Amino acid sequence: MSNVGIVIVSHSRKVAEGAADMVRQMVGDAVPLAWTGGDVDGGLGTNVAGILEAIETAWSPAGVAILVDLGGAETNSEMAVEMLPEDRRARVLVCNAPVVEGAVIAATESSGGSSLAAVKRSAEEFYA
Amino acid sequence: MSLDRVARERLVRALAASVIEHADELTSLDQAIGDGDHGLNMKRGFEAVLAALPGLADKSLPEMLKAIGMTLVMKVGGASGPLVGTFFMELGKALPGQPSRADLVAATEKAIEAVKARGRSEAGQKTLLDVLVPVHALLAGGGDAKAIAAEAVQAADRTTPMLAIRGRASFLGERSIGHMDPGSRSASLLIGAAIETLKFEVNT
Repeated sequence: MSNVGIVIVSHSRKVAEGAADMVRQMVGDAVPLAWTGGDVDGGLGTNVAGILEAIETAWSPAGVAILVDLGGAETNSEMAVEMLPEDRRARVLVCNAPVVEGAVIAATESSGGSSLAAVKRSAEEFYA
Repeated sequence: MSLDRVARERLVRALAASVIEHADELTSLDQAIGDGDHGLNMKRGFEAVLAALPGLADKSLPEMLKAIGMTLVMKVGGASGPLVGTFFMELGKALPGQPSRADLVAATEKAIEAVKARGRSEAGQKTLLDVLVPVHALLAGGGDAKAIAAEAVQAADRTTPMLAIRGRASFLGERSIGHMDPGSRSASLLIGAAIETLKFEVNT
């Protein structure tokens, strides 16, 4: 059985990495996890290539849930999803949830073997 | 509108120069209401586009536009990368190799729709759509090159009193009023450069 993968996208490498650390500490290694942060020059920002790579790293047949921080992270993540091969596109969802809390909740949900839709819903409902 | 290889390269260089030369201005506009990286981001993207010359201009016009769009998507970062990149990519998908003005009108409309979908935005929200939409209207309505170039500049100016609804500037709420939208300014610079270079014939 494969669990839904989690991708964390922040404008800051440190925030993305720190959020990933929290996920690992709280839910262990049961969930494929990847993070990306910063623009292509290493400054604050997000970049499509980094997001595509993170999706690849966290890939699971059950799909991947992406957690993002501010607007550009969301726009770049949606762009990255559209650039995926067609058979993968529908199995990657961007969650409308706070990046740190959402990542932890999504990973917790995923670690129990939930579907991609359930993982997304849990992350989004927490602060709804 | 007939664009040979020389004209295509000239177009690419003019587009890149328009944002690279104004990078500091774009950055200071963005410092007022955004995160201050628009000039740097656009400069990085168009430097990557320039680095793809001369091979880039060997491509047909549609393929060249798609390649520019993809480079911007991958290099610009921020929300502008996907937005401006999508515009170029969709324009490339919709234009024939030797477009007429009617082709340009139709392709621009499709590209604008794609930008709206990508940003889940409409004109009136203090974004680049506030330049693209009125410029397209004038293009479709038969305006000449000079009028269209002037409209691009004026449309960017008209974003100054607008309230930002989308993007980082929307966090500022009413404090976004009184500053020109940086994305509108870069869009107007690109349009101005394209018109100046192409000097397209009104009735072709």
